[in-house]
Amino acid sequence: MIVGKQKPIDEIWESIKGYKKVLVFGCNTCVAVCHEGGNKEAEILASLLRMRATQEKTEMDIQSSGIERQCEHEFFEGAKKELEWADVVLSLACGVGVQFMVKIFPTMLVYPGLDTCFLGDVEKPGIFTESCQACGKCILGMTAGICPISRCAKRLLNGPCGGSSKGKCEINKELDCAWHLIVERLEALGRLDDYVEIVPLKDWSTERAGGPRKLIHEDV
Amino acid sequence: MNVKTPSKLEKTLAAGHLAVTSECGPPRGSNPEVIINKAEMIRKYVDAINITDNQTSVTRLCSLAACIRLKLIGIEAVLQMVTRDRNRIALQSDILGAASFDIHNILCLTGDHQSFGDCSQGQNVHDLDSVQLIQTVRHMRDNGKFIGGEEIERPPRMFVGAAANPFADPFKIRALRLAKKVKAGVEFIQTQCIYNLDRFEKWMEMARDLGLTEKVYILAGITPLKSAGMAKYMKNRVPGMDVPDEVVSRMAAAPKEKQPEEGIQICLESIERLKTVPGVAGFHIMAIEWEEKVPEIVEKAGLYPRPEIS
Repeated sequence: MIVGKQKPIDEIWESIKGYKKVLVFGCNTCVAVCHEGGNKEAEILASLLRMRATQEKTEMDIQSSGIERQCEHEFFEGAKKELEWADVVLSLACGVGVQFMVKIFPTMLVYPGLDTCFLGDVEKPGIFTESCQACGKCILGMTAGICPISRCAKRLLNGPCGGSSKGKCEINKELDCAWHLIVERLEALGRLDDYVEIVPLKDWSTERAGGPRKLIHEDV
Repeated sequence: MNVKTPSKLEKTLAAGHLAVTSECGPPRGSNPEVIINKAEMIRKYVDAINITDNQTSVTRLCSLAACIRLKLIGIEAVLQMVTRDRNRIALQSDILGAASFDIHNILCLTGDHQSFGDCSQGQNVHDLDSVQLIQTVRHMRDNGKFIGGEEIERPPRMFVGAAANPFADPFKIRALRLAKKVKAGVEFIQTQCIYNLDRFEKWMEMARDLGLTEKVYILAGITPLKSAGMAKYMKNRVPGMDVPDEVVSRMAAAPKEKQPEEGIQICLESIERLKTVPGVAGFHIMAIEWEEKVPEIVEKAGLYPRPEIS
C-alpha cells in the first residue's frame, strides 16, 4: 500500500491561511491504514486547524469530509457539493489522489496535506516498511523474494556491499541489510549456490528513468 | 596468468613479484600540487598509486583528472571508480577518457553511501553495481564494444580490479562474493584494511578452496594506525572494519608520543605474517593522510627496491 505522513501543521497552515472556506478532505484507503490521511484524521486535523485559526484571530470556516479513494472517478460523485463549497481543499490523499482531484476539477485549489512516503507493508501496528519501488520489472524471483531495489540503500543487484555489518546496513544500525536477508533466505532454501549467479544489468526504462508510465488494458 | 594489458602492475604480478600499491586522496580544491606532491613522495616505493573517487562521499577533485596528473609525471595510476555518482553513460565515457591517456588500471567500486559525505541530501545513481562495472570494463576491453553493442574505436586496455572486504557480513558469503567478482572478470583485488589476521587467513583459505587465488591476484590491504584514538574510531565508526580489541589495547598501552611508532610496528608484523599466506600476491598500503610513512613501511617490510618492469 501507499504510506504517507501528515505534513507539519505549520506548513499546512501556511498553505491555507489566506482562505475563508477550507475543506480538509480524507482518503479512506491506503493512507487511512497508516493513520495519517483517512476521514477520521481529516476530522482531527480540521479541529486542530480551527484552533489555530482562533489563536491567530483569523475568521475561517474549516470543515472536513472524505471519500474511499481519491484516485478513482466513482468515489467523487457524492462529494462534489462539499468540494465545490470550499475555496481551498486540503487533500490528505497521497500524491496520486491530489493530482487526480486536480485533473477532474481543473479550477479547484488543492493543497497536499500529506507527504507521500513509499510503497510498504504494515510490519507491526504503527510500523510501516518500504518494500517496493515499482521498478516495473520484478526481480524477486532472482533474489529469494527480498527486494534489493527498495530495501538496499544502494539498490545493489549483486550485493551485499562492504558496509554490511552484523546483518545491518552501513547507513543505519536499525536497518536490515537486504542482502544479508537474501543470503540467509537462500541458505534456508538450500540455494546458496545461486548467490554466485551474476544478476545482469537492469533495464531501468520500466522505472522512473523511462519517463512517466501508463498501463492500458485494451479489454476493459 | 598471461598479461593482457600494458599495466605495469599487471606485469609485476605476472612476473611473480609481491606487488605494492598505495593510494592518494585528491584535495578538496583544484590545486594539482597536492596530489603531485603526495605521489612524488612515494613513487619509488610502489608499483602503482590508486586515486580515490570522492571517498566517504566527500566531494573532491575527480579521480580521473588526478590520475591524468600522475600519468603526466610518469607515475602509474589505478583509477578508482564508484557506481554511486555515474550512470552507465558516464561510466563508459570516463573509462574512455582514462583510456585516452593510457591509464591502464581501474578499480571498480560501489562507493560509500552519500549520507556519510558533504552532500547527504544528494541522489545516488547505482545504475550498475561494482560487479556489473567489472563486467562492463572487461566487455569494453575484451570485446571492444560498448554496453549498447556498438564497436569501440581503440578500446580501453585496463587491468581490472575490485575491492573485497573479508570483514563485512555475512562472512559465509564473503568468499562466494569474491567468486562472483572473479566470474565477472576481475583480475586483481585490493582488500579492506586487515587488522584481524585470523579472519583474513580464514577468508583466504575459503578463497583457495574455491580455486580463486589461481584466478585473481589478491593484494592485502594495510593501514598503519596513527594513534589509539584512530584504532577506536576505525573499530567503532567505520562500516565494515574489524579492529580486534588486542590491537586497540596494544595501541592504547603505548605512550601517546610512541603510538605512531607502535602503529607502524603492528603494520610491519602484519605484512610479515601475510607474506606467508598462500595466495597473497602483494600489499595495498593505505596510509590515510600519512603518505610520508609509506617509504618507511615498504623499506622495513623488505619490499624495497621495487622490481624494474618495462
